[in-house]
Amino acid sequence: MTVTDVLGQLGRGVRRMPAVRFAGPIVLAMLGLLPVYAALSGDSYVLSFATRMLIWAIAAVSLNLILGYGGMPSFGHAAFFGIGAYAVGVMSHHGIDSGLIQWSVAIAVSAVVALVIGALSLRSRGFYFIMVTLAFAQLLYYLAQSAYTYGGDDGMTVARHSRFGGWINLADRPQFYYLCFALLLAALFMTERIARSRFGRVLRGAASNDRRMQAIGFPTFRYRLTAFVISGTMAGLCGALFANDILFVSPSMMSWIRSGDLFAMVIIGGVGTLYGPVYGAVAILGLEELLMPWTEYWRLIFAPILIALVLGSPAGINSLLAGRGAADGRH
Amino acid sequence: MAAIEPLLRVERLTKRFGGLVATDGVDLDIMPGEVHALIGPNGAGKTTLIGQVSGELRPDGGRILLDGRDVTHLPPHRRSHLGLARSFQITSVFADFSVLDNVTLAIQAHDGHSFRFWADASRDPRLNGRGETLLQAHHLDARSSALAGALSHGERRQLELAVALASQPKLLLLDEPTAGMGPEESQQMIARLKALRGRFGVLLVEHDMETVFALADRITVLASGRVLATGDPSAIRNDPAVRAAYLGDDDDVAA
Amino acid sequence: MSATVLLAQTLNGLQLAMLLFLLAAGLTLVFGIMDLINLSHGTLYMMGGYFAATVFQATGSFWLAAAAAVPLSFLLGVALEVLLLRYTYRRNHLDQVMVTFGVLVFFEDLVRLIWGNTSQRLAMPDLLQGQVELLPGVVYPIYRLAIIVLGVAVVVALYLLVQRTRLGMLIRAGASNRRMVSALGVNIGLLFTLVFAVGAALAGLAGAVIGPLTSVEPGMSNSVLIPAFVIVVVGGIGSIRGALVAALALGLIDTVGRTLIAAGLHGFLPPAMASGITPALASILLYVMMAAVLVLRPSGLFPAPGR
Repeated sequence: MTVTDVLGQLGRGVRRMPAVRFAGPIVLAMLGLLPVYAALSGDSYVLSFATRMLIWAIAAVSLNLILGYGGMPSFGHAAFFGIGAYAVGVMSHHGIDSGLIQWSVAIAVSAVVALVIGALSLRSRGFYFIMVTLAFAQLLYYLAQSAYTYGGDDGMTVARHSRFGGWINLADRPQFYYLCFALLLAALFMTERIARSRFGRVLRGAASNDRRMQAIGFPTFRYRLTAFVISGTMAGLCGALFANDILFVSPSMMSWIRSGDLFAMVIIGGVGTLYGPVYGAVAILGLEELLMPWTEYWRLIFAPILIALVLGSPAGINSLLAGRGAADGRH
Repeated sequence: MAAIEPLLRVERLTKRFGGLVATDGVDLDIMPGEVHALIGPNGAGKTTLIGQVSGELRPDGGRILLDGRDVTHLPPHRRSHLGLARSFQITSVFADFSVLDNVTLAIQAHDGHSFRFWADASRDPRLNGRGETLLQAHHLDARSSALAGALSHGERRQLELAVALASQPKLLLLDEPTAGMGPEESQQMIARLKALRGRFGVLLVEHDMETVFALADRITVLASGRVLATGDPSAIRNDPAVRAAYLGDDDDVAA
Repeated sequence: MSATVLLAQTLNGLQLAMLLFLLAAGLTLVFGIMDLINLSHGTLYMMGGYFAATVFQATGSFWLAAAAAVPLSFLLGVALEVLLLRYTYRRNHLDQVMVTFGVLVFFEDLVRLIWGNTSQRLAMPDLLQGQVELLPGVVYPIYRLAIIVLGVAVVVALYLLVQRTRLGMLIRAGASNRRMVSALGVNIGLLFTLVFAVGAALAGLAGAVIGPLTSVEPGMSNSVLIPAFVIVVVGGIGSIRGALVAALALGLIDTVGRTLIAAGLHGFLPPAMASGITPALASILLYVMMAAVLVLRPSGLFPAPGR
């Protein structure tokens, strides 16, 4: 009896429980009420931790769009994250604090870079696509490392939060949290609509059988590229959020290890499902948080759990919760 | 009598793979409504030829004209919009999609662009209406909500054909439609194809001679990348060069 | 720029190429034959360095250390394959990436736990220290030359293994058609374990050998893992010959190319900026090369037939 067998049986056991169909909305509701809990209990740390979780969840949602629905395994997604963060950091460094300008630049640059990377990479499939996207991300990583004016390898602090005038004060934790939460809801809603739309069907069809799609008349390349740009832009916005969260930017944000973390969140949570990325972000960051106080070497416990999850539940946490064949998330 | 423009005209088509000449100056034409079979021993270059007609392979020389229009350098999706459709030798339906979604996807491809992000495509009455009609015509309406991956092999071939015909093509590339089918299913497929005859041109690639002689108006025999003979079924059956080419091959020529 | 510098950089390029080849050879075989994307290959490289460093610190002998690293890495490879990785063969590439990523992450912390964060001492043997005069006025470190010689020896050994032995024949067949090989009645499980372990041994050897030049520390695989993958892609999955050619190309671009770029930039940019941009540009060149190869030959330079 191998590890895989045991886990498989466990998984089946869990699935036999009354299908927790509303797991997704429940998790979201809990996240929504978190600031209330934080205020009542006086625990401000949980709020900042959860903020980070939200930001990563949005980034995972963006990756899920192209990886899960579009079948494009991008291993360089952290690069867009970094671009958004650096947009905020660099502009702040030069005295431009306006959130509108900073974030517009973050979005615009992410979009353009995604367009370029996508246009060059999307001719490759599968493993080659992983390699090419990884290569481009590494490129940007090296560029960030060699940018001495902006901290180079050590990174640089961001002096101030992005300013949005009277609209919202990002320095105020609860406000910032709800902004991220609102953006997560928007990202999920967008994914839901896109997946069901004509555009989403072309994307999913191309992931399933690109050759057939072209034979029936779809110029699949432009649709996949569009999805890639949307995804990269979303990740860029996350970077801007992150820069505001920790008031720091560094090349490590764009490292391929980060891309790997994002990848893990999508796969573990349930690739190609709606709530999967959220489960994945919560699970992985939650696990890290749980383990870190115990030992400095928490990855020794984290890694085997990660491996066990991948081997034991190929369809991710989403399938554990929703039960086989549930309509939850699958379109 | 006024000359009718051929639906498909292949002129001196050539394709090389390194040192191997897979297509060697092939000429072929198909008239509107004609069923034109392409046969030949294994390795004759049928797949390569189909690949070039469909647009997946780039020829090294020659031309391909679809309805008078030079499509030699057009990608597959453009040819689809000019009236070409194809079914694949290995069934290529979208396994994760429902049967209905398979055909509505094909219909969607010819219903304007798909940069629509909002509305739920699976509830689009226009697509679904035409899809259901098409499924009825192919006797698949009972299975419309089933996942394509759950269908039997024969049903999947039916779906494959339905998807190909969803775009109302002028020319259909049929790549071994009865491949992997038992005798009864093959007969059903042949009957279905007979019923569709005349509505569009068909380039039929087949190994099964029974299917070929039941359906073809004309036959082209390919060997080593070259056209050995073209003509109506009885002429081909009696052609000595054709018989010689098939000797050593266990396909039964005498049908 | 003088010929001396050019020669030195060319030799550096060869040395880097040999090192990367040791890594890439195992990686390409494993990918080609078992269809496994192995991110933890870097781990095997790192562990080779740690094995060698540990033996060196215990015995004081570099030769013993390097010699020990090979079988130890081999065994580690066997353990990894048998206990974990063989369960990923049936899985899709994404899952394999995840699992091997997990192994990578695990071992990074493991070495930190056992050996700490600082780099381990692994010194050059006296015999290979110092420099040798290759041509009048041109000196070059002996150790680096030794690495080149080692690399050539491995290339020859691999060539003989792959072309002249039964195992090699199975490897070549497996790279093209896995199913056929198992249909021939060969114990596929054993073959896979062997192939993986040989790759591990090569990676471990590379890690041990590079120890005296760079440092044995956690994260040492970060700078070589991706170049190794690039080499596999460019060379063609499953092709050792391709890995060699690509490794040479990459090694030379990263050294000679880098020097040429730096020289060119210093001509018209302020020194700080030129030094700053050079690594990035050199990397860009690398990835441009990969992209160019993939555009012209989507399956790499020497794809195994049947791919």
